[in-house]
Amino acid sequence: MSLPLRTRAVILSVVLFFAFAMLWEVSLGKGTGSAANMDPEYAALMGATAKGASAMPGPLEVGAQIWDHIMDPFYDAGPNDKGIGIQLGYSILRVLVGFGLAVAVAVPLGFLIGMSPLFYRALDPFIQIMKPVSPLAWMPLALYTIKDSIISSVFVIFICSVWPMLTNTAFGVASVRKEWLNVAKTLEVGNFRTAFQVILPAAAPTIMTGMRISVGIAWLVIVAAEMLVGGTGIGYFVWNEWNNLSITNVIAAIFFIGMIGMVLDLCLSYLTKLVTYSE
Amino acid sequence: MSDSPTENPSSASARIKVEALAQRFPAPDGDDELTVFSDIWFTINPGEFVCLIGHSGCGKTTLLNILAGLATASDGTVIVGGEEVVGTSLDRAVVFQSHALMPWMTVMGNTAFAVKSKWPKMGKADIQKHCQKFINLVHLTGSENKKPSQLSGGMKQRVGIARAMAIEPKIMLLDEPFSALDALTRGSLQDELLSICSETEQTVFMITHDIDEAILLADKIILMTNGPEARICEIVENTLPRDRTRNNMHTHENYYPVRNHLIEFLVNRSASFQEELSSPDYDPRHPPVVGPTAESPGEVRARA
Ligand SMILES: Nc1ncnc2c1ncn2[C@@H]1O[C@H](COP(=O)(O)OP(=O)(O)OP(=O)(O)O)[C@@H](O)[C@H]1O
Ligand SMILES: [Mg+2]
Repeated sequence: MSLPLRTRAVILSVVLFFAFAMLWEVSLGKGTGSAANMDPEYAALMGATAKGASAMPGPLEVGAQIWDHIMDPFYDAGPNDKGIGIQLGYSILRVLVGFGLAVAVAVPLGFLIGMSPLFYRALDPFIQIMKPVSPLAWMPLALYTIKDSIISSVFVIFICSVWPMLTNTAFGVASVRKEWLNVAKTLEVGNFRTAFQVILPAAAPTIMTGMRISVGIAWLVIVAAEMLVGGTGIGYFVWNEWNNLSITNVIAAIFFIGMIGMVLDLCLSYLTKLVTYSE
Repeated sequence: MSDSPTENPSSASARIKVEALAQRFPAPDGDDELTVFSDIWFTINPGEFVCLIGHSGCGKTTLLNILAGLATASDGTVIVGGEEVVGTSLDRAVVFQSHALMPWMTVMGNTAFAVKSKWPKMGKADIQKHCQKFINLVHLTGSENKKPSQLSGGMKQRVGIARAMAIEPKIMLLDEPFSALDALTRGSLQDELLSICSETEQTVFMITHDIDEAILLADKIILMTNGPEARICEIVENTLPRDRTRNNMHTHENYYPVRNHLIEFLVNRSASFQEELSSPDYDPRHPPVVGPTAESPGEVRARA
């Protein structure tokens, strides 16, 4: 085949997508009236959705729902009925605030740890113990001490973003090539200038990689955190739609969560590219 | 430190005196110490080009780091221009064994980083102009905006030299600047360095492995014995005229006497120096000075 690899990949993606949608549609067995075979009591529980069709929506229904959301993302009809754009906005805002605070703490602190072998060793056990803790385990503690569910979810985002950035910054700073530091030393460059013009650019790719990992984790965690604390956000939306038994909306939300996660990752990968240097 | 480039970097303040220098490192296994070198004495006069020759691992880089102020000696002192060296100085520029360019900066950026360090109050346009002069000097005109990764090995070394020269140091310290290059590139860089240094009467201390490089560039060649416990074996004065070039130097009658003397040292004497060391004539404070010529190939002329 003479088409460029890129074009062939796009074609294959489209084919796979339609194959998947087809399989989905077929596996639902639409029109055979699956409710007929259902345990009558269960069918009664499922209510209207069970009448004549499976509760599981097909790809076309989901597509239409996604389209509806895109056409009117920001409507607000009371606490339990807000547009998906508003809910996503809440989640993004919380992630950005928690992540921003984590950057403000982790990068300077990581810098200090990386510069001082003593701190590096002294703080290592704490970091190693804290890093594998699921951020949601902090939630009760946060709710108890902060007593505000929104700030608590921001705190959880902060705590899960902090560790990858802290370890990556410390590692990046500690492994700056000795010869670059020697160049700065022979030129009698001050500490401040060395930190900003030698160490920071040298460690920047490692620091940015830490940020990219952090933002990915933060976006994973916010959905779960909002399911726990409720009120607003895309996590709450998913949970609410599950309670409404609107699987269509749950699937639509999954799609949007994935899209936003991808966009966040693309932003950071773009920023990483800006600071990456080749030797 | 003045805030404008000075005209003549070479003056009496460029005299280097190394006295009783020793460097010891804790040995990796026991509590015993490893003495890299000890009782090193020599002087470099202003405007002199001095090469240091010795086998790998004898402590040449260690010695250069002490001269630069990047490392502290276990014993002894280095005196530059009447003052003891404690720490680095902008008066002594270093060209590192592995170019050590910042890969995120361009050629201009790397040079400007050094210039800004020396003259922090210099305006942007002046910095640019000053850097350009030295980039032109090493024949890198046109590559100002390239990053080191876009340059060849020889070009990178030239940026390292331009960066060192741009701060107009009193003394240049070069650690095998050309050893990683092919013979052709090395030759042309030697020519460039030679013409730059004789123009500016730069005081230079350079480590090399290459005998012909030393004969071409050096006024004085310091021979260091094998480590551990390396010493200065001898100081060889270059008896070839200073207007020598790479193409004509081996036609001079003194070329082979000097060259053979150096080879003899590297092949035999550097290892068996312990015997010479124990002879009553050897004084580490005044190592023998030889100037091999066609008439007297290996005679000791004086003691430093
Ligand atoms: N920080 C250090 N700790 C312990 N030993 C060291 C240290 N630095 C250098 N050495 C030892 O000192 C000796 C001299 O090293 P140096 O790098 O000065 O050699 P060199 O003469 O420059 O060699 P080459 O020609 O290969 O560059 C070596 O045996 C090395 O192992
Ligand atoms: Mg060396």
